[in-house]
Formats: sequence, structure tokens, C-alpha cells
Amino acid sequence: MASDASRDALDAIARAESGLVLASLVASLRDLDLAEDAWQDAVESALVHWPQDGVPRRPAAWLTVAARRRAVDRLRHRAMQADKASALRAGELLRRAEQSLLESEEPVDERLRLIFTCCHPALPLEARVALTLRTLGGLSTEAVARAFLVPVATLAKRLERAKAKIRAARIPYRVPAPAEWGERLAAVLSVLYLIFNEGYSATAEDSATRRSLCDEAIRLAHALAALVPGDGEIHSLLALMLLHDARREARYGPDGGLVPLDQQDRGRWRRDEIAEGLAALRAAAACANRGAYQVQAAIAAAHVLAPTGADTPWRTIARLYAELESLAPTPVVRVNRAVAEGRACGPDAGLALLDDLHAGDAARALSAYPPYHAAYADLLRLAGRTREAERAYRAAIELCSAEPERRFLASQLAGLVDRAG
Amino acid sequence: MQYALLFYNPPLASLPAAEREARVSEMLVDMRKWQADLEQAGVFRTTLRLAGVDAATSLRGQGREVLVSDGPFAETKEILGGLTVLECADLDEALRWARRCPLVRIGTVEVRPEWGAPR
Repeated sequence: MASDASRDALDAIARAESGLVLASLVASLRDLDLAEDAWQDAVESALVHWPQDGVPRRPAAWLTVAARRRAVDRLRHRAMQADKASALRAGELLRRAEQSLLESEEPVDERLRLIFTCCHPALPLEARVALTLRTLGGLSTEAVARAFLVPVATLAKRLERAKAKIRAARIPYRVPAPAEWGERLAAVLSVLYLIFNEGYSATAEDSATRRSLCDEAIRLAHALAALVPGDGEIHSLLALMLLHDARREARYGPDGGLVPLDQQDRGRWRRDEIAEGLAALRAAAACANRGAYQVQAAIAAAHVLAPTGADTPWRTIARLYAELESLAPTPVVRVNRAVAEGRACGPDAGLALLDDLHAGDAARALSAYPPYHAAYADLLRLAGRTREAERAYRAAIELCSAEPERRFLASQLAGLVDRAG
Repeated sequence: MQYALLFYNPPLASLPAAEREARVSEMLVDMRKWQADLEQAGVFRTTLRLAGVDAATSLRGQGREVLVSDGPFAETKEILGGLTVLECADLDEALRWARRCPLVRIGTVEVRPEWGAPR
């Protein structure tokens, strides 16, 4: 019996292969549940055999062959005891599974097909996220539940329903046709970015699993970029996530309050990740399509390339935000653009952009959005309109539920009151 | 596998009669074109355009009785106006055809697979 430490190490080796092996199993068996069960069996078997025989030279091939055999065993068993309809289905699956035994031991990389299935727009968003992490990320149901702060039973049910729908509606395991590529890829990328942002919003008090979502999202984006090297938006999303992740340690001050980008201690930024992010952005720029992720990555790059916070190229950033707004005309983008514009051309220019928004339909939704009030407060402060700035800070603090942001806003407000007094 | 495309449309009753007729006949022309494409691709099975809910009669079991009443099963803003049945390899193919349905422009097209998914 392996000790816990070596068991963990072996488990990690198996998990690193899980996306690849599972995707190839799904592709040959055409049944996600069966593939998952067979994969679990194969991992259990590995944990018994590897400590005795040593880790095989090609773990993925070993696991693939073991899982295919276990799928055949399971189906033989199922075919014997099931009712007529299920036996028929088991028989059909059995033929596929037996066929898979004749295939090459080395798994064919089918992860692209599987990720498009997991992120299919016919599935609810939470299920897409959970399925992607479960099947391609190799996370256990418990780990996904912990990361997203939902009860295990809830998450298990969510996964079960999604898999039932894949079967019932026959959602295919296929890379979408060129006509649908853009829309379907956007759905995949938004799932990866959502996973990343969940991890990025985690603080030191959160579980390591939750914080590791950033690494998972980056790992998946890396794999996707390698599978589709010609698509700029994949490289751009990878760049965006790396450039954010590089700054994660510098985001919070000693008091746990948020530190704005241009005031962060640049010594705490991870240079290796920045270099990797910039390389991904260059790869994106070499592709034909320039989309919203590329513009966001370019903004992140402009921030990290400035030697000091005071050197931040606000004019460039304001211009990029204007471009982003033309691609994704949302009030949230406008708020960010107003802040950049206020730094580039003076607070009045920024305030004008916010006032414009205030007059539109978005005003009611925005009034509950803390960064909107924070942006207002910041620009009013720069414009010397202290009274109004105070009011806006108070509104932002009242609405803000994230502790680091609250601390930051409170310190800004205190500074304002001190100076006024 | 067969997929039913169920067409839910907002009622046109609020429009003036002339405009309503123009809209309906325009839509019927588009629908016929769409159906011709479906037939040519070999995926078309059947279709049914339904009369308005004011022609509906509902039956409901109550104990050992069956109650017959005037009107649809549920009063909703969008009403089931008809359906088309397609034979497609998978959901993506069904969605591709549904997306091209002219009724998507004015209402909702619900895509439902036939019953009988394994397990």
C-alpha cells in the first residue's frame, strides 16, 4: 500500500493526464458517464499497480488502456442485468468500447471536441463551468464545489443534469463548423475567464482550491492555444489572465486593503508571468482577428510595461478603452474608460463620460454597481469637488461587499476628510 | 433522432387588421422557403400550423371525471403557434436549422428532442 505522500504524487501524475485521457475516452465511447467511471477505475488501478511496478514511461497510454478495459468490463456487467432497452444500449456501447481496445495505446488529443461540448450554449452557464473543470481540469466534484462555494450535493446534481441533457438532446462531441466557430469559441473563452475571475477574486482567507482556479484557467487556455494556434482571441485571453495573475500578490496592502494598479509595489510582480503574458499577446497580434480580449490584454500590458506607476501611459490606455467600448459597449467598460480618460485628459473629461452614462438607460443598474460610484468619487476628488466626492465614496462603500475594496475606499475617504479638515 | 421545433409567438391581435395580414402573409412566404430548404436537405418530417388559442379546448382529469373547458392549458404572453418536426443527427444540426427559421425574428423557437434517450 502506498503511503499518503506517494499516493498524492501518483494522483497528481494521473490528474495531469486526465483531460487528455478522458477526452479520448469520450471520443471513442461517446458516453461521458461511462468515460468518467472508467477513468476513475483506471486511476484506482494505477494507485495499486504503480507503487509496485513503478510509474509507466507513458502514463497517459497506460491509463487509456486500463480505462478502455474497465469500460468493457462495466458494460458486460451492465448488459447482463439491465432491462431490454438498456441492454441494447449497453450492447451498442460495448461494441464501441471493444473497438477502442484495438486503437493505438497513445490517446488521440480530443480535448478540443470535449471542451466545445462542455461549454455548449444549450447547457446552463454554471454547468458549463463545472463540467469543464471536472472533465478537462480533472478536478473532483468535491473540489469544484469547494472552489465555487456550493454544497457538493448541489454541484453533483448540476453535473448530473447537464450530462443527462447531453444524452437526451444529443449534444455532439464535435468541433463546431466554421459558421458557428466564433460564437461557440466565445462561449468557451467566457467559461475559462469566469473560472479565472472566481480564483482571482479569492482572498487569503479562501481555500487553496478556490485560489487555484486561476492556475486551472491558465492551464486550460494554454492547452486550447496549443490546439488552435491560429486564433488570436485564445492567445489574448491567455495573455490577459497571465498579466493579471502576475500582479496577484501585489494587489493587497499590509492592511488587506486593495492597492490600485499604479500604486502597486512592482517588485512583487511576477516577471516570468509577465514575460509569458507579453509573448502570448505577441502571438495574438500575429493572428488575423483582434477582439475584445486582445484590447483588454493590451491595456493590461500597457500598465505592466510602465517602469513606475507615474509613467502609466494613460492616453494610450484611454484610447484602448475607447476601442474596447466600440467592441463591447457595456456600462462597465465605460466606467473604466472614464477613469482612464480622467487620468489622461483631466477629471472633467472623465466626468463627462460618466455623466453621459448617467443620462442613459443604464443608470439604474449602475447605481447598484460600486465601481461606478468609486470612479465618480475618484474623478470628483481629482477635480477638487470634495463634498460631492465624499458622498460618492460613501455610496460606493455602502454597496461594496468585498472587504479589500471597502478598505481601500475607506482610506481614500479618510484622506479626503483629513485634507478638507 | 427527431427534434420538434415549437414556435411561440406574441399574439398579433393588437395590430390593425391590414398590417396583421401583411405581416402574416410575408411570414408564410418566408416559412415556405425555409420548409423547402428543409425538404431539400432531407431533414423535414412534418409541420403543423395551429389555430389561435381562442379555438382551444382543454381536458383535465379530476378524480374519475374529465373536465372539458374552453381555452388553452395555460394563459401565457407567447402562444404555441405551430411546430415542425426534423430528423437530425444531433442538437447542433437541429439548432442550425432552427436558427434559420423566420419565426426566430418575432418570437421564440423551442427545440425539444424526442423522448427515449438511453438510460
